[in-house]
Amino acid sequence: MNDPVVAKRPAGSGDTGAVRGVAAAPTATEAPIPPTPEASETQTKVHVRPGDRIFRGLATGSGVFIVAIIGAIGLFLIVQAIPSLGLDNVNFLTSREWNTTDPANLRFGILDLLLVTVVVALLALLIAMPIAMGIALFLTQYAPRKLARPFAYVVDLLAAVPSIVFGLWGLFVLGPVLFPISTWLIDNLGWIPIFAKGNVNVQLGGTVFTAGIVVAVMILPIITAVSREVFERTPTMHVEGAIALGATKWEVVRTTVLPFGKAGYISASMLGLGRALGETIAVAVILSTATSSFGFSLFDGGSTFASKIALAAPEFNDARSAGAYIAAGLVLFVLTFVVNAIARSIVAGHKEYE
Amino acid sequence: MSTLSADPQRLATPPTFQKVGAARRFKNGLATTLVWGSFLVAVVPLVWVLYTVVQRGFPVILDGDWWSKSLSGLLARQQGGGAYHAIYGTLVQGLVCGVISVPIGIMVAIYLVEYGGRSRLSRATTFMVDILTGVPSIVAALFVYTVWITYFGLGRSALAVSLALVLLMVPVVVRTTEEMLKIVPDELREASYALGIPKWKTIVKIVIPTALSGILTGIMLALARVMGETAPVLVLAAYAPFINFNMFDGPMASLPLLMVNERNNPTQAGFERIWGAAITLVLLITLFNLLATVISRALAPKTK
Amino acid sequence: MKIQRHGAVLGLVAASALLLGACGSDNNTAAGGSTPASGTSVPVECGGKPKLNAEGSSAQKNAVDAFVQAYKAACPSADLAYNPSGSGAGVKNFNAGLVDFGGSDSALKDGAETEAAAKRCQTNPAWNLPLVFGPVAIGYKVSGVDSLVLDAKTTAAIFSGAVKKWNDPAIKALNSSAALPDKDIAVIYRSDESGTTDNFQKYLTTAGGWTKGDGKQFKGGVGEGKEKSAGVAQAVGSIDGAITYVEWSFAQDNKLSTAKIDAGSGPVELSAESAGKAIDGAKVKGEGNNLVLDLNSIYGTKAAGAYPLLLATYEIVCSKGYDADTAKAVKAFLTVAASTGQAQLAEAGYVPLPKAFQDKILTAVKAIA
Repeated sequence: MNDPVVAKRPAGSGDTGAVRGVAAAPTATEAPIPPTPEASETQTKVHVRPGDRIFRGLATGSGVFIVAIIGAIGLFLIVQAIPSLGLDNVNFLTSREWNTTDPANLRFGILDLLLVTVVVALLALLIAMPIAMGIALFLTQYAPRKLARPFAYVVDLLAAVPSIVFGLWGLFVLGPVLFPISTWLIDNLGWIPIFAKGNVNVQLGGTVFTAGIVVAVMILPIITAVSREVFERTPTMHVEGAIALGATKWEVVRTTVLPFGKAGYISASMLGLGRALGETIAVAVILSTATSSFGFSLFDGGSTFASKIALAAPEFNDARSAGAYIAAGLVLFVLTFVVNAIARSIVAGHKEYE
Repeated sequence: MSTLSADPQRLATPPTFQKVGAARRFKNGLATTLVWGSFLVAVVPLVWVLYTVVQRGFPVILDGDWWSKSLSGLLARQQGGGAYHAIYGTLVQGLVCGVISVPIGIMVAIYLVEYGGRSRLSRATTFMVDILTGVPSIVAALFVYTVWITYFGLGRSALAVSLALVLLMVPVVVRTTEEMLKIVPDELREASYALGIPKWKTIVKIVIPTALSGILTGIMLALARVMGETAPVLVLAAYAPFINFNMFDGPMASLPLLMVNERNNPTQAGFERIWGAAITLVLLITLFNLLATVISRALAPKTK
Repeated sequence: MKIQRHGAVLGLVAASALLLGACGSDNNTAAGGSTPASGTSVPVECGGKPKLNAEGSSAQKNAVDAFVQAYKAACPSADLAYNPSGSGAGVKNFNAGLVDFGGSDSALKDGAETEAAAKRCQTNPAWNLPLVFGPVAIGYKVSGVDSLVLDAKTTAAIFSGAVKKWNDPAIKALNSSAALPDKDIAVIYRSDESGTTDNFQKYLTTAGGWTKGDGKQFKGGVGEGKEKSAGVAQAVGSIDGAITYVEWSFAQDNKLSTAKIDAGSGPVELSAESAGKAIDGAKVKGEGNNLVLDLNSIYGTKAAGAYPLLLATYEIVCSKGYDADTAKAVKAFLTVAASTGQAQLAEAGYVPLPKAFQDKILTAVKAIA
């Protein structure tokens, strides 16, 4: 955390090499133009350098490994899902039914799961993104140093709280507090579809609303931590330049910090979205399942892909029923695939950062 | 913040700088308010969750037995015992996962930043890292389950959990390391090359140390994420109320698994164990973060 | 630099080694709760495999814990690890030979499951021993209603949405003296797949004309699902007008009122005694020592004072085919479980086995080779 200084330091000074204890460095610092014999010696090494080849091989191998792993996951999910999809008696993509009790008569469709997953994740992201940006800006630009450090620490600590604790907190502590708010929203804004009375008891707090808020709290530390690291690294020259032009604090932030950190912030948010889409235990604990289908209200219950799988996982005893859940997992996988592809194309548009 | 807008007004002579207009001042004020506001809004749930954990869990961990004993031989409603078995499991699973993931993660990041350039493999890898980030823990767990247990026919073990956690940890390590490496100025690399230092040595001795504290923070965050993961331990490790030192065989508890397990225990003892385990996990991560800070201080390049 | 880095790594390793190597101990003396009282004393031959592995139904976890405590008291060097990962996993891992016996909420199904089990037992049949009975309570919370009587038919109507109000004539007919409010019934069910749901639906099918089907997913088409027993019990405790089915111990610990069941011979309150009566009347449909229960004989019981809504869970063991060490330990454990181990069950929310039934189990255990 104390190395932005290093990063900003003029790189040519050469004393980094000296401190690192690189053998050639002291000579180099003393004599900017190295004597010819040494130079030719180094050049002959260029051709041999097995270290470089090995290191390059290792790095490339790791890259290939990642690609291979994803391929393996995708392949495994598809192979396991296909037989069950063949046995499905309803349309997998458009049905809201989910009944895998009788392996001989599988009826499962993902529409409801997809909607609930997306709504919970979007709600969480909608809440967490601006707040995370606020906190990251606060910690890097606005906060007095004395406040920034401990608070940054608290935020990091939150990432350590296991998800089941968030689930229990949402169920026992936050749920009851949200009850009057939910009731008020339903009573006064119920004519807006997303605030309509849902298919579960508001009093129990097992709604998309509660789940979304809890997931937002859960992804907040991740988005904040990554954004903070990036915002911190805004080149001082840019900031000073903006100040010299008479910019207000906000203008400094808007013209230097945000453009510099935008790509990092978006990728941080995608990290958060990935976690929100796949959040398992907390959502399973909080969200009530409902017997009627999801009606686009925040006060509906339902299941997300991950919570549905988690709730059934201990009873995966028939390959055909398990395949139904794996098929759901596959859709979740594809969903994150698509989301990330979109995010990448956004990030690719901002070259300043790269 | 306010000094910027206040200063010009205090000048007696007509200012060289333009006076900051009302609209700009308003925007500045609004932004300041929003930033402070979001800070305050965030403080509430964050402190609230921590408070809940501390308030409910703290009395439990004061007992010395909590740190030195397992729950072996206790009935659900019998109080006492400790979480030693679960603490051990969490640490060992986390550490083994870290030992596997950190080198892979860092090497992938090095490949992406230093070697890959704009090659097809590099682009594919970046994309795949993004995808891996989004892989839900339960899917990672099921994947390891089929490969490790169904395909290779090996038993459920803590090692299998570590392998599933690797899938979750690697992308986080790659991401943060990549971000940090990108920020290392090219001038540093060029200076090193100019001195005739091989590329790999430049990376190991110049680039990584410069980015090290950021990388360590990333690793600690990643560890924090995986140590609290519940889905993989649920699928891949059997719970045991006793101490099992063997990573390769037999049931082994971990703190998240202990919590899930005690949810089936409706008694006061179960309540205490859940929150005790929660605060223990938070404390463990705190310890890791402190270690990271200490190490990154020690390793940070000297600036003076 | 190098030294520093190594130093840091060393420090990390040292710190963790210190923590991990510190004297952790499995040695607990139970505080609170009674030490295993000597129930029915049966001679136990200790020895064999020092640490057994078992896995399966989470519904019997607390009972197995009690058995383990008694087992360790009887055989000081022995231990057993029970992993409550679900009936499906229990059967699967038993059949795969990963655990020494499985715990399941239902007997092995004929066909593939039974064949796989026989293969695992070196071509000997596997036996289903119903060792743990957990009563399922119909827990409710309605302010002003302390006592509620339901019969299977009305219960089925409530859980399928046919009866929607607490003051519905169907409920009133059974509770003439209760002040039933004009309130909606909030049905709470298990959102996770569970044997409790399965047994509850089977009971309703047998006794209450339930036509929605059974299985581990709730089929009633009404209400709201919460995760696990802890979730449903907590939910019912927090809204007025709620009703659910939940393991007895959770109903007790969450202070839910439990409905009396009228199976035709008067309202019966849930107690160890009334549930024991239902077990007494249970018929075995398996052959010889394979004690597969005819659940209809429990659910459909008309015996006076018998509480019919029970979850029977089995231990699935090999009749033969264990190696000598394992066989010895399995026998010792099951013997303890069926005798002294029963003493603590009532406290944990289960029903101790009635004497006649206990004898059947002990005979079967003795026959394991």
